[in-house]
Amino acid sequence: MKELPAEIDYWLRSKLPAAQVSSSSFRGQSRVCVDRPNIWESLRALRDDAGFDMLFELTAVDYLEYEGARDRFGIVYGLLSIDTGKRLIVKTFVNEPDLVLPTVTDLWKSADWMEREVYDMFGIVFTGHPNLKRLLLPTEFTSFPLRKDYPVKGRGERHNFPIITRAES
Amino acid sequence: MASPMNSPGVPSGLGENVLLTKLDDVANWARANSLWPMPFATACCGIELMATASSRFDLSRFGAEVMRFTPRQCDLMIVAGRVVMKMLPVLQRIWLQMPEPKWCISMGACACSGGVFDTYAVVQGVDRFLPVDIYVPGCPPRPEQLIQAVLDLQSRIKSGGTFTGKEFSLRILPEGPPRFEPDEIQRFQDRNELDLKRPTYTPEH
Repeated sequence: MKELPAEIDYWLRSKLPAAQVSSSSFRGQSRVCVDRPNIWESLRALRDDAGFDMLFELTAVDYLEYEGARDRFGIVYGLLSIDTGKRLIVKTFVNEPDLVLPTVTDLWKSADWMEREVYDMFGIVFTGHPNLKRLLLPTEFTSFPLRKDYPVKGRGERHNFPIITRAES
Repeated sequence: MASPMNSPGVPSGLGENVLLTKLDDVANWARANSLWPMPFATACCGIELMATASSRFDLSRFGAEVMRFTPRQCDLMIVAGRVVMKMLPVLQRIWLQMPEPKWCISMGACACSGGVFDTYAVVQGVDRFLPVDIYVPGCPPRPEQLIQAVLDLQSRIKSGGTFTGKEFSLRILPEGPPRFEPDEIQRFQDRNELDLKRPTYTPEH
């Protein structure tokens, strides 16, 4: 079992020599950032060889106008080892023209709805997902409301309903 | 509603046993005193609605305690709580499933205007898309306010109702607030393929 993020960092580098890996730690929380082409392989290695057998969280962050951010979206995978109770945060970044990531539903079944929610709210497409459609919002919704450039009051979706008058009802 | 028959020509003794009235008044009397609410309770106003119906406040004193959870047995819809985008088609469908005659009470700030939830997902007042008869302000309203709303509705039914429901068929226009939000105006323009420029204000001084 790998303990410190630096150890996981070193171990991942040895497993995947092509991957760009960086690691950090904050208040006892271990984080590892992996570049996008190697994210699926890294997660598979962490599941099969490092014992992280549960995906407890999968979400995304929009870093638009965030101070010091270089990438638009960060995808956050929260891994848990049930045997040891260790947790690890794995992050990767995608940018505007192609918001595409490989799905991890083949690694963890629990990623199914979480990837659908990330697609629903941020518009990030997970290739290979068995059923990638909107989870929470209505199917006719066209925008991705958790993006920072989406107005809080929406683009008029909440007013786009038929008006029933008393005479016709 | 009624007066004894004591006009000339009526056999004596009949006046104490016969009431004269109009069919409208009989219908209004029956309708006003047996309102069956459809509790469309989606949020914390629903708790106050339950309190109104239970023993401390006892809405059954006014004949409106028979909450039915199928719209086909109801004639008073009480929209209690915020209505989100995904719930509004459900609300409209339930409203259309209710038999005539029917009335609607919009209970609480969220149902009336969206309340504090001025976001993309929350409908800014159900009266934009449904005909509402009585508004109850409050966040949430006290049960007494809801009782007052039912009493107001009763007096309204008694004063203006008709047997055939003529007063409903006259309400052919949308009754919600005027469209004033920029996104609504934009959507209206897009739907009608208009290109209205927003008036620009130039101060004179």
